[in-house]
Amino acid sequence: MSERWILFKRNLGGFWKAFRRSRMGKIGAFLLITALFLAVFAPLLTPYQPTDTIRDANGRGLTFAPPSVHGPLGTDDAGRDVWTQLVYGARISLMIGFVAGSLAMFIGSAFGIFAGYYGGKLDTLLMRITDIFLVIPDLPLTLILIAVVRQMNLGIPPLVVLIAVIGLLYWTSTARLIRSQVLSIKERQFVARARAIGASNSHIIRKHIFPQVLPLIVASTVLIISTAILVESGLAFLGLGDPTQPSWGTMLNFAFDRSAISNGAWWFYLPPGLAIVWVTLGCVLLGNVLEEMFNPRLTAHHLEGDEKMIARPTPEG
Amino acid sequence: MIDRLTNSTEPLLRVRHLSTNFVGADGTVAHAVEDVSFDVYPGQTLGLVGESGCGKTTTMMSLMRLLPAAGRITSGQVIFDGIDLLSITDRQMRHYRWREMAMIFQSAMNALNPVRKISDQIAEAILLHGLMDHERADRRVEELLDLVGIAKARKDQYPHQYSGGMRQRAMIAMALACKPRLLFADEPTTALDVMIQAQILELLKTIQHELDLAVILVTHDLGVVAEICDTVVVMYGGKVAEYGTIDVVYNSPQHPYTQRLLEAFPDLNHPGDQLASIPGYPPRLSELPPGCRFEPRCHAKIEACATIVPKLIDVSAKDESRAVRRTDETPSLLSFQPSSFNMRHIAACHLGCGPELIHP
Repeated sequence: MSERWILFKRNLGGFWKAFRRSRMGKIGAFLLITALFLAVFAPLLTPYQPTDTIRDANGRGLTFAPPSVHGPLGTDDAGRDVWTQLVYGARISLMIGFVAGSLAMFIGSAFGIFAGYYGGKLDTLLMRITDIFLVIPDLPLTLILIAVVRQMNLGIPPLVVLIAVIGLLYWTSTARLIRSQVLSIKERQFVARARAIGASNSHIIRKHIFPQVLPLIVASTVLIISTAILVESGLAFLGLGDPTQPSWGTMLNFAFDRSAISNGAWWFYLPPGLAIVWVTLGCVLLGNVLEEMFNPRLTAHHLEGDEKMIARPTPEG
Repeated sequence: MIDRLTNSTEPLLRVRHLSTNFVGADGTVAHAVEDVSFDVYPGQTLGLVGESGCGKTTTMMSLMRLLPAAGRITSGQVIFDGIDLLSITDRQMRHYRWREMAMIFQSAMNALNPVRKISDQIAEAILLHGLMDHERADRRVEELLDLVGIAKARKDQYPHQYSGGMRQRAMIAMALACKPRLLFADEPTTALDVMIQAQILELLKTIQHELDLAVILVTHDLGVVAEICDTVVVMYGGKVAEYGTIDVVYNSPQHPYTQRLLEAFPDLNHPGDQLASIPGYPPRLSELPPGCRFEPRCHAKIEACATIVPKLIDVSAKDESRAVRRTDETPSLLSFQPSSFNMRHIAACHLGCGPELIHP
């Protein structure tokens, strides 16, 4: 047990060492970590609740107050603190992104691995299902599904509906990606060797196929999280979010509805927009770097330690 | 481990009339292996030689029952230690793989999983068959690496950190992990330079001797065969052309194909000799000639060769004086006796049968 722990720590150390060398990875991680920090410590970062109305000395609501008048980011049309909404909105946006992204990743990976590995009729069945989801335009389908589920009054919280719909619709690209990778991996000789040592299909999938597609799964999960956040923002912007639990998309929806733009209240619509860019950019940067690092073949061990060994063009030419 | 009693009068593996077909997507049938029979004894190395596409690897894969989806074993018996491997279930077959019969793959780089450590991959079979716990498996890995000459310190490295020769050594260690009785080696030295090739062959020889393994070596390199094999099966177009001890096959080859193959091999005693080559290509396995499969390329063919499929016959009597071509002979239809076939010299050629064999 202890030996395994030491080995694990050594692996983690190697991972960290490789990670520190990558500037893009560090930027991506920084972007994501700051967003997570906002979400986790939201109550400590602001004295207000997102629904509190800020009042001036006369007790009148402070509407469309610019940052110079109130707080770090001013107030909105109802006199609510924008900074407070932003940090609490991070909780909703990130939660939806992570949960829906994980759900999509899980479905997509399972479809991709089983279809690719077993082939034949199962492959045809799973891929035709994927095709059906792939050819239906995502956005209208999402809109209709959410509207229908709401109409049915099943008592499901709107956020759960949102997560389920995004998770159940956005796995197709992962499934296709993973399947194509599995198709190529299963023809490799080490899979034949695994079969020759007497391995069962489940053993081959667990020990040989899965570790090979893991980098791809991780990278595409991080990318799906960013897609999920974007889709949620879009849906919330169109008014399909949960107004009682505003995400960044809901904030944009409020800002648009209440003519923040014509009022010149840039502090109302810019922060949530930039926050969405911030997080999705973080996801993309981190996703690419993680993929590179989880794959030992992409690490140049022989160049370790001495970057000067890599030829660089001199400025003089 | 239980010491295995080796009784070298009984073959460990007895292959009889093995035939394997491949069915293409358009329905064409390729007879990749047809009517192949041979015996392998404990402690003995059998060489399976022939040109590319003559069914060597398919034969081996058939024995392990690891054919690709399009391949079917259509007939024959593969008797391993008294059990017909072609009649047992897939689940039972999994037990035989690696515990009884292991394999060294042609290209070690491809046969190793690039994202898993060498130690994990060697231990994989041991753990898979539940032979040892993790701790003992780890010690066994060190033992195996020691056996093949790799430093223990490198066991936790990945395949790309190994050199070509080391990877092949690791493959050998992996093959020995579960103490198999039969080892398949599919061109184990093809991808290596001559120095490393010699080292690996030496290692194979030593290990086989120490562990009393039966080895089936698939190769197109006659030099390798001469170096380490006891018996040799020469295959052509999916059939056995000639079968016998290395001594008789090399010194008095009876099949024209074997003769040409040996002529194409440089002789150290006569350097500078022009090397012979065999004109033409092996037949397409889906469009085989009606008679002898070597007939279109044969330098010694007679009329019967084009129409009558030659049977395998005992040519031991010919080993004393090499066959003289006799075109007036009727081709023999004498079939060989499978039970008595080790240490005999058998060839499938109409020229090989003298009158004394037709009427014994």
